[in-house]
Amino acid sequence: MANGVSDVGADAPAGGFVQLLTPDGERIDSVTTADGTTYSVDFTDEEYRGLYHDLVTVRRLDAEATALQRQGELGIWASLLGQEAAQVGSGRALRPQDMAFPTYREHGVLYTRGIDPIMPFGLFRGVDQGGWDANEHRFNGYTIVIGSQTLHATGYAMGVTMDGKTGTPDGEAVIAYFGDGATSQGEVNEAFVWAGVFNAPMVFFCQNNQYAISEPLERQTRIPLYRRAAGFGFPGVRIDGNDVLASFAVTRAALDNARNGQGPTLIEAYTYRMGAHTSSDDPTRYRIASEVESWKAKDPISRLRAFLTKQQLAGDDFFAAVDESAKDLALNLRERVLEMPDPQPVSMFDHAYPNGSPEVDAQRARFADYHASFEGSDH
Amino acid sequence: MAETLTLGKALNHGLRRSLEENEKVVIMGEDVGKLGGVFRITDGLQKDFGEDRVIDTPLAEAGIVGTAVGLAIRGYRPVCEIQFDGFVFPAYNQIVAQVAKMFYRSKGKVRLPIVIRIPFGGGIGAVEHHSESPEAYFSHTPGLKVVTCSNPSDAYTMIQQAITSDDPVVFFEPKRRYWEKGEVELGADLSGAFPLHAARVAREGSDATLIAYGPMVRTALDAATAAAEDGRNLEVIDLRSLSPVDYETVYASVRKTGRAIVVHEAPGNIGLGAEVAARVTEHCFYSLEAPVLRVTGYDIPYPAARVEEDYLPDLDRVLDAVDRSFGW
Repeated sequence: MANGVSDVGADAPAGGFVQLLTPDGERIDSVTTADGTTYSVDFTDEEYRGLYHDLVTVRRLDAEATALQRQGELGIWASLLGQEAAQVGSGRALRPQDMAFPTYREHGVLYTRGIDPIMPFGLFRGVDQGGWDANEHRFNGYTIVIGSQTLHATGYAMGVTMDGKTGTPDGEAVIAYFGDGATSQGEVNEAFVWAGVFNAPMVFFCQNNQYAISEPLERQTRIPLYRRAAGFGFPGVRIDGNDVLASFAVTRAALDNARNGQGPTLIEAYTYRMGAHTSSDDPTRYRIASEVESWKAKDPISRLRAFLTKQQLAGDDFFAAVDESAKDLALNLRERVLEMPDPQPVSMFDHAYPNGSPEVDAQRARFADYHASFEGSDH
Repeated sequence: MAETLTLGKALNHGLRRSLEENEKVVIMGEDVGKLGGVFRITDGLQKDFGEDRVIDTPLAEAGIVGTAVGLAIRGYRPVCEIQFDGFVFPAYNQIVAQVAKMFYRSKGKVRLPIVIRIPFGGGIGAVEHHSESPEAYFSHTPGLKVVTCSNPSDAYTMIQQAITSDDPVVFFEPKRRYWEKGEVELGADLSGAFPLHAARVAREGSDATLIAYGPMVRTALDAATAAAEDGRNLEVIDLRSLSPVDYETVYASVRKTGRAIVVHEAPGNIGLGAEVAARVTEHCFYSLEAPVLRVTGYDIPYPAARVEEDYLPDLDRVLDAVDRSFGW
């Protein structure tokens, strides 16, 4: 039940964290936490390069989305800038049968699930409210009310147990994403209680990006978030959230524990929201530039690039090719976003109820008649 | 086979049959297992169906409904018990922001066939938070269906229909009528049953229409019996479904009688009665002999038990409204 403490990581917060790749790109072979768990990764050269490709791609897509919002093509955008490693590492740790419950910022996790990155853009452009099938993509709808999805994930995980899909290496596991602000929500604490009591096969993945819009971590907690887990009776581990290797290693281990029937784990990914909360936010009102600068030095992508370069696993040609491929994907995304048609107004009456409703049907008919009454006029 | 059962026992039989017929049905709530619920509605079900099908949950209503959402995404059909009406509010966020909207949000790709059972209404001499009528909050919320039963036969059928429905259903149970007895046709085929969202003419009449639901149907029927002694023949409509309301049945009755009185325990302000009155006025304007009247709880927090009989609509207040309608 001891929490993850690492002796390494000069840049670690008090109490340490699991770090397998330093900001300078030095590999740490393995980290053993106070409870005796050893974390490491065993990637091939190709896999290291693949993670770099993922990180660069999700950052480039995110930049394109930010630009689209600035150009008026999206109503709002919730940028993941700075959190790429937490998302790509944990996302790649998921096995195909696993289920993810995101917030509205998990575009990187979405990408690692093999989902077309266009999928959430209907929501941000304002042409729908999401509109995807959670089960088809093994990725639940973006949940905007803070923390609510942690209970959905817990219930889903209870269902996994009831279906007899745990207790083997091929079992299923569930991951719930949320932020530091969400840890203050009653529903998140209820999810911790439930997951503990029912030994739910799940991982609570908290991206502590230091801010809930404007409020700093100190306004949410007086102890490190990962230590909350102890009170609920399951392990809590803090990782360097800007280290894609640590994110992968610890999430993979926690998911495997869950699928093997050992219950939940809380992972606190210690990271930083480099951008604004959303495109509607102005972070200069509540944080100083030097703080942002200090986190730039811990950038998740530059450290992996440094590692790849030092180890001679990749050179300029590779990096240029990755940039080019990410740019192509981003431009393709842009084209498709611009082509998204506005929905027909009458379609807003669709899908209110699985079995329909005579009230909604009547209102839809009146709406259609009302609009038809203007046909041929200048209205 | 017809049996005489209390309303509570009829619900128990309906839940039992739902558990038997679909292994994806699970019951979850506080004290629903060993204890069988504080009203014993789930009595004996955990013993027969196991702890995975009848789940004693931690004491947190948002958790009950929130985890039910996840179970439903997984393919289960959760039936949540909220112990008392006044305890539903911690779960209000999950019900209104998640349960009601998931189907719409997902463009019809994610269904949440969840039933949320809530014993409601007063008249049992309870302390605060145990006698409330919060149905308007849920009826106001698009994406939810809201129903309530008034007798054992409907209780048995409607709970099964709600569980079978793919719509999320908030199912209000008239707690002070749990012990009322009636004939129940156990094992009857649901496909031929009276539709879940249809109102029922509980008593035919010609002079005025009483519109009630849940615990107030009994009150309305008693009032109609008393009025008959004065030579007034009242029709009683049991709405049964509060969202959507089966207005055609209401309109047909009011067009016949020319007078409508809505009765509910909930406060009158912005209540179901206000909406019914507006609709009846719009659709039956030329049939009305008098304005639509309402007999409801007052616009105050639910009072202490020693005065609740003065708060709740009763036979005399209903008859008083009938007099006022005829005096117009």
